[in-house]
Amino acid sequence: MARVEIPLGPQHPALKEPANFALSLDGERIVGAAVNLGYNHRGVEKACEARNFTQCLYFLERICGICSHSHSTAFSMTVEEVAGVEIPPRAQYIRVLIGELERLHSHMLWLGVAGHELGFDTLFMLSWRDRELVMDLLASICGNRVNYGINKLGGVRRDIDETVKETILKVMDQFEEALKYYISLATTETTLAARTLGVGILSYEDAVTYGAQGPTSRAAGLDRDIRRDEPYTAYADIPFQVITDTHADVFGRVVVRALEMVESCKIIRFVLDNMPDGPLSVKFPRKIPPGEALGRYEAPRGEDVHFVKSNGTDKPERVKVRAPTLANAASYAVMLQGNYLADVPIIVAAIDPCFSCTDRAISVVDNRSGREGSLDWKALRQYSIDWYRNQGVAFDGLNRKG
Amino acid sequence: MAVLYILIFPGFLFLAFYGTVVEFVDRKIYARLQNRKGPPWFQPVADFIKLLGKETIVPTDANATLFKALPIITVAAVTTAFLSVPVWGTQAVMPFKGDMIVVLVLLLLLPLSFFAAGWNASSMYSTIGAQRVLTQLFAYEVPLLMALIGPAILCGSWSLSDIAAFYAAKPLFALLNLPGLVIWLLAAQGKLERVPFDTPEAETEIVAGAFTEYNGRHLAFFRLAVDMELVVLPAICGAVFIPLFSANPFIGFVLFLLKTLVLLFLLTVLKAAMARLRVEQMMRFSWMVLLPLALVHLFINLIAKGLLL
Repeated sequence: MARVEIPLGPQHPALKEPANFALSLDGERIVGAAVNLGYNHRGVEKACEARNFTQCLYFLERICGICSHSHSTAFSMTVEEVAGVEIPPRAQYIRVLIGELERLHSHMLWLGVAGHELGFDTLFMLSWRDRELVMDLLASICGNRVNYGINKLGGVRRDIDETVKETILKVMDQFEEALKYYISLATTETTLAARTLGVGILSYEDAVTYGAQGPTSRAAGLDRDIRRDEPYTAYADIPFQVITDTHADVFGRVVVRALEMVESCKIIRFVLDNMPDGPLSVKFPRKIPPGEALGRYEAPRGEDVHFVKSNGTDKPERVKVRAPTLANAASYAVMLQGNYLADVPIIVAAIDPCFSCTDRAISVVDNRSGREGSLDWKALRQYSIDWYRNQGVAFDGLNRKG
Repeated sequence: MAVLYILIFPGFLFLAFYGTVVEFVDRKIYARLQNRKGPPWFQPVADFIKLLGKETIVPTDANATLFKALPIITVAAVTTAFLSVPVWGTQAVMPFKGDMIVVLVLLLLLPLSFFAAGWNASSMYSTIGAQRVLTQLFAYEVPLLMALIGPAILCGSWSLSDIAAFYAAKPLFALLNLPGLVIWLLAAQGKLERVPFDTPEAETEIVAGAFTEYNGRHLAFFRLAVDMELVVLPAICGAVFIPLFSANPFIGFVLFLLKTLVLLFLLTVLKAAMARLRVEQMMRFSWMVLLPLALVHLFINLIAKGLLL
């Protein structure tokens, strides 16, 4: 049969967010794959420049609906470094606690999505049911299921008292019990193994070459974890194991994520037992002296990098966010090559992509002429007015009465 | 009387109604196994009525007559097949010599129609879905037939009604057919395109496979045909492999319902407990596991026929 070009996305049931994969197929086998991102540019970085640091913190927390604490912590760490403020140890422990709870629910969510992509909807439903344990816990600690709002510049906003600690420990018992079941299911179920073993291989060398991050790289045997290599907040005091695996395929990524959840549970217990006393926050200056800093944070999906440059006012001069998916997306071309069309959804899902968090505009491309360039605010506004006028919508008439 | 049989009971109306019941039971069990609540009892009927009222769009590149005719052909084929399947006793309403083969051929029309529908709809997803329907057809159709040949040889007839009557009289012989029951159920799962053999309509890969471009009442009738198939395949299985019959038509009918629902339950548990296999894994499973098993079953039945009958 002749080669077929099939577009997967930007709208497709396998994708939770808009992205486009141009696949060329020989029968069911993939002979070429190109990844096109950029359908959901939200202008996050530019918007930060119009907000003061505190506003930025809560704004950047909303980059991602799953790893919101990652972005918020990475940003506050970076700003605190620029300002030269050291946050109290108790606040550091609370940040770790929320971060690890977030890792639990993120990996659990991923497990369900992976099950769904493989047509294993029972795994999807059950893992999302047990994910609710963590979500409810987060809601009871922070008042919100996502976008916890626990961070503030110079510390955290809420304390973990004895009753909350009791609740967390109780939920952890339940969750670890459920986790045992999922680990045995994910590693021993025959059809699941048949669909994940040897699928979407990313070798150690390729993981290094393409700069894969997080569980994707650790499943290729790349022993790299920011929490250990460049400890932030309280991770320097906390004993934990960095999980690696040598399968280098989707199965390896399942194993790494499953075992990472066990480690996260241990970290949570350690943090609760060893939480130092003291204040929750220190006073943070409104204006920050000129300077710049780079913050690295091990988000559930990989390394999250924030860069902040201040110019002495209460607003940042420049904020740069690199979400982990950008680092992992480059390896798609290698992972997809030679696999079956049927494997595309699980390979795409296996890096736990978050395309909307990733999109940053590099250049504006005119689809008709292929011209590249950039548009300033005025030109963009004029372009949209003209575009709508061509569609028959005239905004200048909208506000007129009668 | 024949018209009543064909149109009302056990023909079109009963089959359509029972099909929606079976779909509801399937969805409800599936939901409960996943710790969900599941749909209300009228959901399949409501879906059907809603689809009937929807606008129908025919792709410009497709042959409109074929596009519209295919759903009707599938419903007609599966209804006709059901007329030769025993419902309330051991005798079907229209039995004849060799009806087992005719039933299988009529049921073969379904995947062929799905293939034609997907190919005709001319969208990328439906074309790939159509291709997969046909690929998978070669995997399950042979074990499906082989599983029935074993019991047929033992009884010496190619008619479903004769086979049912034979095992009703000598129920112990049905024990020899247990491998056939397993093979039939697994192959039927493939024919029904359900997990783990649902590659032709894998929604995360190719949207809705061959049905991607279908909508409105055409889709409604395709879904109805699939629901009916979900009755007919367990019904054949119940008639051939499970020798529970009664001379009383009413009790016989209740037994029929029980048999189909129990078999459906097995199919649903299978669907809930597994991930989707790739089409080439499905092929390997059918040719390397199901077919040798079917051959062994056939061999045993041949020997048993020589020794015991």
